[in-house]
This record gives sequence, structure tokens and C-alpha cells, in this order.
Amino acid sequence: MRKLGYAVPALLFLAIALLFATPFALRLDSHILPSALIDLPAPEFALPPIEGRPQTLGLATADLSGKPSIVNVFASWCVPCLAEHPMISRLAEEGFTVYGIDHRDPPDAVGAWLDRNGNPYARIGADRDASVSIDWGVTGVPETFLIDRKGRIRHKIVGPMTPDIFAEEVLPWMRELAR
Amino acid sequence: MERGVGQAMIVELGHFALVLGLMVALVQAWLPLLGAARGDRALMAVAVPAAQTQALLLLIAFFALMHAFVVSDFSVANVFNNSHTAKPLLYKVAGTWASHEGSMLLWVLILALFGAAVASFGRNLPPELKARALAVQGMIALAFLAFIVFTSNPFARIDPAPLEGRDLNPLLQDPGLAFHPPLLYLGYVGFSMAFSFAAAALIEGRIDAAWARWVRPWTLAAWACLTGGIALGSWWAYYELGWGGWWFWDPVENASFMPWLLGTALLHSAIVVEKRDTLRAWTILLAILTFSLSLMGTFLVRSGVLTSVHTFAADPARGLFILGILVIAIGGSLTLFAIRAPTLKSGGLFAPISREGGLLLNNLLLAAAAATVFIGTLYPLLIDALSQGGDKVSVGPPFFNATFVPIMIPLLLALAVGPMLAWKRGNLSAAFRRLAPAAAAAMAVTLLAFLLAPRGPVLAPFGLGLAAWLVVGGLMTLVERTGLFAVTVSQSWARLIGLPRGAFGLALAHAGIGIVVAGISGSAWQEEHIVSLKTGERLTIAGTVLSFVAVTEGDGQNYQYLRGEFVQLRGERILGQMWPERRSYPVTRTGTTEAAIDTSVLGDLYLVLGEGDESGAYTVRAYFNPLAPWMWIGALIMMFGGFVSLTDTRYRVGAPARAPSRAAVAAAAAAE
Amino acid sequence: MKRALFALALLLAAAPALAVNPDEILSDPGLEALARTITRQLRCVVCQNQSIDDSEANLARDMRRVVRTRVLAGDGERQVLAFMVARYGDFVLLDPPFKPKTYALWFGPWVVLALAGMIALLWFRVKRSVAAPTSVPQLSAAERTRLDALLAEIDGEPHARGRERKP
Repeated sequence: MRKLGYAVPALLFLAIALLFATPFALRLDSHILPSALIDLPAPEFALPPIEGRPQTLGLATADLSGKPSIVNVFASWCVPCLAEHPMISRLAEEGFTVYGIDHRDPPDAVGAWLDRNGNPYARIGADRDASVSIDWGVTGVPETFLIDRKGRIRHKIVGPMTPDIFAEEVLPWMRELAR
Repeated sequence: MERGVGQAMIVELGHFALVLGLMVALVQAWLPLLGAARGDRALMAVAVPAAQTQALLLLIAFFALMHAFVVSDFSVANVFNNSHTAKPLLYKVAGTWASHEGSMLLWVLILALFGAAVASFGRNLPPELKARALAVQGMIALAFLAFIVFTSNPFARIDPAPLEGRDLNPLLQDPGLAFHPPLLYLGYVGFSMAFSFAAAALIEGRIDAAWARWVRPWTLAAWACLTGGIALGSWWAYYELGWGGWWFWDPVENASFMPWLLGTALLHSAIVVEKRDTLRAWTILLAILTFSLSLMGTFLVRSGVLTSVHTFAADPARGLFILGILVIAIGGSLTLFAIRAPTLKSGGLFAPISREGGLLLNNLLLAAAAATVFIGTLYPLLIDALSQGGDKVSVGPPFFNATFVPIMIPLLLALAVGPMLAWKRGNLSAAFRRLAPAAAAAMAVTLLAFLLAPRGPVLAPFGLGLAAWLVVGGLMTLVERTGLFAVTVSQSWARLIGLPRGAFGLALAHAGIGIVVAGISGSAWQEEHIVSLKTGERLTIAGTVLSFVAVTEGDGQNYQYLRGEFVQLRGERILGQMWPERRSYPVTRTGTTEAAIDTSVLGDLYLVLGEGDESGAYTVRAYFNPLAPWMWIGALIMMFGGFVSLTDTRYRVGAPARAPSRAAVAAAAAAE
Repeated sequence: MKRALFALALLLAAAPALAVNPDEILSDPGLEALARTITRQLRCVVCQNQSIDDSEANLARDMRRVVRTRVLAGDGERQVLAFMVARYGDFVLLDPPFKPKTYALWFGPWVVLALAGMIALLWFRVKRSVAAPTSVPQLSAAERTRLDALLAEIDGEPHARGRERKP
């Protein structure tokens, strides 16, 4: 029995080694923060349209209920947002409702950006001081939230939506939510 | 063209030496072990030239890489990624170890140098122990050389060679950080000696006082270097990161701090083995764990499993490779421990209140402190793994303040008492009587601090009192041993001169901790002013008026700067000038803030120039950090104490093997 | 000149734009102190291992502003922290909350300490019971004093009984 005591350090180390191995086995990315808002109603907010572009309509909590929707947090100065823009546009083309939260952007810059790259968003709310982004628990741009018809956040994508994520996460989720 | 070919040759030579070093490590890891098992002297003797050759080869590789940096050979990918022709020479040299690849090369180089030192100076070691220890060193070198050659080759080429490099992160272009890694690695890797000796002793199944005496100097050297390395890193963060923070409980800092805590414990438990031939299994375990934590630190810093301010770029292949090394090295040695430790014969007896008892308490608390840091550092990883990435927690400074600090306080309180206790059976009340001056100093300082700053933080005056207790307590060990105030001054002087160096080392290291504690306590009184200031305006901090005179711009060697000029005034008397800077490095498009720091005994006046606005006003941050310099000075004294102990003739590395000393004979007689 | 400096300052915008800025500071010193206490406990979720008080990141600045807005609106420390946790999860707290998933974290150090102490006590007990029956006759008081004195001479170290007295 006493002899077993000497094996305790080795056993403890075994446990620690297993712990060290999990990030590799599970392909965890220590940089992605899971959302605290999953399955909760979207936060209460009301954002004005982009200054000088009333046709962007603005975005508020009430807009999110009734049918499933996608809320994409973007900015004109954000390079990965440009990279994912074709995916966002495709979502709109496939008939999904896509809303935008424009994060910390000068109105002129975002206007020019939308003119240049196309505007797939049914509504855009301008979050110039990022306070609504904080309400959504946003850690950076782009981030994309998938919302069900009751206005609850069901899934979140951190970083640009790649074609893989589009096909393997977003489409299945949205089909599920539309059911 | 001629020069280009010569340069290419040097790089290839370095690469070749590196690969050859791998081969030599293979020999060193295997033949001496075989020799020791068979009792074959010739095979065992292979360890010595192998270790020496290994060191020579890695020196060649290291200097070849350094040469590539100095001449800006951008055909080497590592140089291209971390250097630039306009970079100052010092940082070209330091660039050799600034990247992941280069720092790994430095790591194995230091490992090889330690091995060569044992091979060359350890003539008095029993041949089996030496052969086995060097073989274990060879195994570690083999693992890490394979890691370097197969996943992180510093000599990898780019074809065609780019014309200009990407430059080094400007934060790293700093004298403090240039010397931080070598010192840190000397510490980290130095503990490999204790590890190798422990593994060798376990293979042999024998450990005694002599073993502890051989291990102690290496441990002491590693400890002193690690102390210096950590202090240098902390100092760098303090002056370079721009807000005067000096310790963040960041995983990378913790990675160096955990081996320090256990290494400190090892240093003390080895004394018990040496003097009293007991606590053997525990000391062996400590030797294994200390170096294991160094290895884990290497893993944490380079694998990307934890997020930290200053990790190297993560690469899963590298992480898995090091994890493999960890499993073999730590798992292997702990398994060996599980098998062999129960067979180690039990040592001498001592009362709980005794010098040994004090050292044991030191070990308990240091081990618990190390465990606390360990749990706090790895807990986020545990939650991440258990929730499969679905949940995350942060473990920040408040956790460590609430757990680590309460464990350290009894340790620091006991630290002055331990050296006052006799071996085997001590007298606590007599020890306290002898510490009366330290207690008086502690109370006086605490009271004085309360009187001077009645409305300040409550705990800080007690911190200062603790510091006084430690400093005076440390010096009292010398007073005690020289009989000062008890015998005549000349007699005391004679005794002082006759004292072993270790006694001075002890007094210095213990008093040094006190000074560090004073510095840490002082930071509680930090004064901060964040203002928007135009030239011509003034601000007052800690009784000093700072007048913002002007802002100038200019070019440094590889950066542009914006420099504020401030004049320090007391009344209308000019005390001095301060020039905080903001630098911009065009190549990396990043910048640094260079705080202006005016250091005095009382503390640092710390001034940072922030952003300017259209009205010509600048954000100016001024701090007064009371006693801040004491932290680095205290750490320096601790390090110095370590080196003083190292010069003790008893631990001289090349000292001839001594017959059991009189002390050992007397102790043995007493034990019987 | 001023314009040129401003241009350079813009160029330097890449340089760390340090944490708390003068324009953020609240005029009420009590509320400002409360805000600082809170921002020091909140982790900047994009910059690793810094509080939002120390961080120069945009998000940290936005979070600091939100904290001050809440403080001005009359929220206390707990409410503001809860507000942030609701949005970013426990990750945002530098001081890990005490709940089942962190029990091991908060109790761990003390369990280790208690276990280590218990092992040490056990060790003393086992040692004594092993040593007792086989122990040789104890030294007499006189022998003990002599031995201590001898040891002191050799090692020059203090010990309980043979302490120097004034001649």
C-alpha cells in the first residue's frame, strides 16, 4: 500500500498529459470565445439606419421575431468582412433574411463599401459606438448570429464565414430553423 | 559573389553541426548507460567526449546562426522573419534567440554546455553516476535536437532569398529582453542537471549525502540564473509595456515561476539530504518535478494551448512533438521513481521543531504555492477540455492574490525562524528570542508606515513590516553565527571571516526576499495621474511638479519617434528633465512607448506620453511607483546570494572527493 | 508645426494607444474609483490576459465606456459585472466566480496544502514508530551538550543548547 503512494506523481502526470492532449484531439481553438447568449432572446436594442441612407432602415429587437434571420456584424474597414461578403450575399439570394449591424464605421465609408460590394442586408443598424455590439457579446468583426423565429440566438459564427462554414454550419442550421 | 558563397558555407556548416549534434546525442544517450549496466569503464567513458563534442557542435551551429543574423542573410527563413538590415547590431545578435527556432537552439546549447561542464569538471564523480547522468542529459538533448531538426529548423532556407527582412517585433528590440531569454534558459535548463542526477540515482538505486552535495551547485547556479531571468523579464514588462505593471500572472510568467518555486524547495531539501541524509525520496521527486515544470513551461509557451501575451506562434505539430517529449521524459522518470523510490532506505530522524523541520515546512509551503500556480494556470485549459470548447473561464490576478499570497505569508514569516533552529531538535522560544531585533524592526516599520500614510492601503504597512522582519532576520543569521554583541568585536570579526560562503549566501538571499517584499508592498501606494496636457502646462505628482515643455520628432536607427520634454520642478527649482517617447517602427508597422523613469530610493517617477489630438494636447500618464526599484534590487541580491553560495569551497564543482567530513562523522555519531 | 505633429501622431496611431484616456474619466471621483475597480476585474476578451483597464484595444475602450455609462446610471459593482457576464460569460471575469465548475480551482490549493501537511505528519509518526524500538540509548544531557558544542565548532551554526555566552 505504501509503495503505491510513490506511483501517485506518475498517475497525476498521466492525467495532466491527457489534459494537454485534448486541445489537439478536439481541435479546440483557445482564441474563440463561445457565446453566452446561445438559446437566449436577442438583446433589447434599437439602432438607427446608416446616416444619410435611410433606405437601410435601421435594426431593432422587434425586427428579429416572426421568421428566422441572420444577423451579421460587419464593418467597411474589416478585411475578413470583405472576404465573407459573397457568402452573406448568397444567403440573401437563397431567400434567407439577412440583417446587418455596422460596427464602428464612418457613414461615408460604409456607404461607399455597400455601393462597391453590393447590399444583401434587408435592414442595417449603424452601431457607431459599439455599445449594441457589446450587448450582443461581440468580440470582433465579422461575427454572425443565427436567430430563430422567436427571436432567440441559436448559433454564432466567430470570424469570416468560409464556404465550408456556409455549407456545413449555416445552411443546415437555417434549414432547421425554417422548419 | 565570393562572400555570398562563404556565407552559404557558414550556414550549411551550422546546419551540418546541428545534425551531427543529433547523432552525437544518440551516442551519448545510449552507450554510457549500457556501459554502466555492464560495468564497462570504456563504454562509460564515452560520455565525456560525447558531451564535450555535443557542446562544441552546438556552439558552431549557434554561432553560424548568429553570423547569419549579423550579416543579414535573408536566404535563411528565420533571419528573414526576424531581422532587418537597419536593425541595430545588438538586436541582430539577440535576434538569434528571439524566434521560436533560435530560442530552441539556445535551449539545447545551454543543455549541452551544462553537460560538458559536468563531463569536464566532474572528475570526482563516481563513474557510474556520471555516465548515467550524462546519458540522461544525452536523451534530453536527443529529444530536443530531433524537435529542432524535424519541426523547427532555424537553418531552413528560402529560395530565392528576399532582399529585405521583416524585422523583429519592436517590443523585443530592447536590451532587457535581449538578455532575458539566455538567463531564463540557464535557469530552466540548469535544473536538467538535478533531473539527470536524480534519474541516474534512481537507476542506480542509491542516493546519499554525497549525491546531494554534487547536485547542489548545479541547482544553485540554475536557481540564481532563473531568479535573475524572471526579475529581468518582470523589469522589462515594467518599463516597456507602458503602465508600470510588473507581474500579471500570465501563463508564460507562471511557466517560469513554477520551476522557480519548486527549484527553491529543491535547493533547501538538498541541504537536508546533504547534512542529515534524510528526505531522500522527496528530494529526488523535487528534482524530477522542477525540471518537469521547466519542460511543461516550454510546452505551454510553444504549443498554443493557452492564450498569453507573449507566446510564440502556435503550430499543432510542434505542440504534439513537445507533448511526446514530456510524456517520455516526465512519464518515464516518474515511473522510474514509482518503482525505485520505495527501495531507497529511510533516513535519519528529527523533531518537527528543528532545522530540518523548518526546511520541510519551507518545502511544504513552496510545493503548495507551486501547485496553486499550476492549478490556476491550467484550470482554463481543464474547463475548455471538459466542456469541449463550450465554456471558458479566466483565472486572473484576483485568484492568485487570494490563494498564492496567503500561502506565501506563513512561509515568509517562518523564513527568518528556520535558520535560527538547531539541527535535529530546535528550541523555538530561543529562536524567537534571538529574532527579537527583527520583530522590533518589523513592528517599528509597520507603525511608521501607518503614521506616514494613515489613509493608505491597510495591508501594505504589514507588508513593509514583513520585509523588515526578513531583512533583519536574514542579517541576524550572520550576527548569530559571529556571536556579535556576545563576544568581542575582534572575535566576531574573526568568526565572520571564517564563516563558510554559504552562510553569506543564505543571509543575502533571505534579506533579498525581504527587499523584494518591500518593493511589492510599496506598489500598493501607487499614485496615478492621467491627464490631457498641452505644452506649457503642468501637472503635480508625489510632490513634484512636471512642466510639459515641448514635443519633438525625429528618427532613430530604425524607427521614428515623438518625444515629450518635461522638466521636474520643486518650487521653481529645476530637479531634472524627463523624455518619454512614442516610437513607430515602419517595417513592422508597430510601435512602442518608452516611458521616462526617474528612479530614486523612494520610488520611480514614471512618465508616459500618449496620443495627441488636434488641439495640440497630449494624453500624459504620470505614475509614482513607491519602492518599485527595490523589487529588482532585491532579486539581484537574491541572485548574488546564490552565486556567493556557489563559491563555497564545499560545493566547488571540481573539488576533489572528500572523505566524509568531520561534520558528517559527528552527525553519523549522533544518529547512532 | 502643430499640424505636422498631429500627422505624425496619426502615423503613430499604430503604437499602443494606452489604456484609460483622460476623456473617459468621470468627473465624480467616487464614481470614477468605482469604475476603475470594475474595469480592473474585467478581462479584455480580445487581448489575452489583460484587464480592460490595462488594454488599448478598441473593444476594451468600448467596454470601459459601457462600464462608466452603467456606473453613471447608478449601477453598483455587482450589477455591472453581472451585466458583462450576461454578454460575455464567466470568461470576462478575471476573478473566477465561485461555483461548482470552479470548486476544484478554489479548493485545490488548500487541498494540496492539507494533503502535504498530512503526509508530513504521517511521515513523522511512521518514522518515530519505526525508530523507537530499535533506537539506541539516548545521549545523556552532558553528552548532548558536548556534541552540540562540537557540532557548532565544526559548522559554526547556531543550535539550541550550546549557545555562546559572554565569557
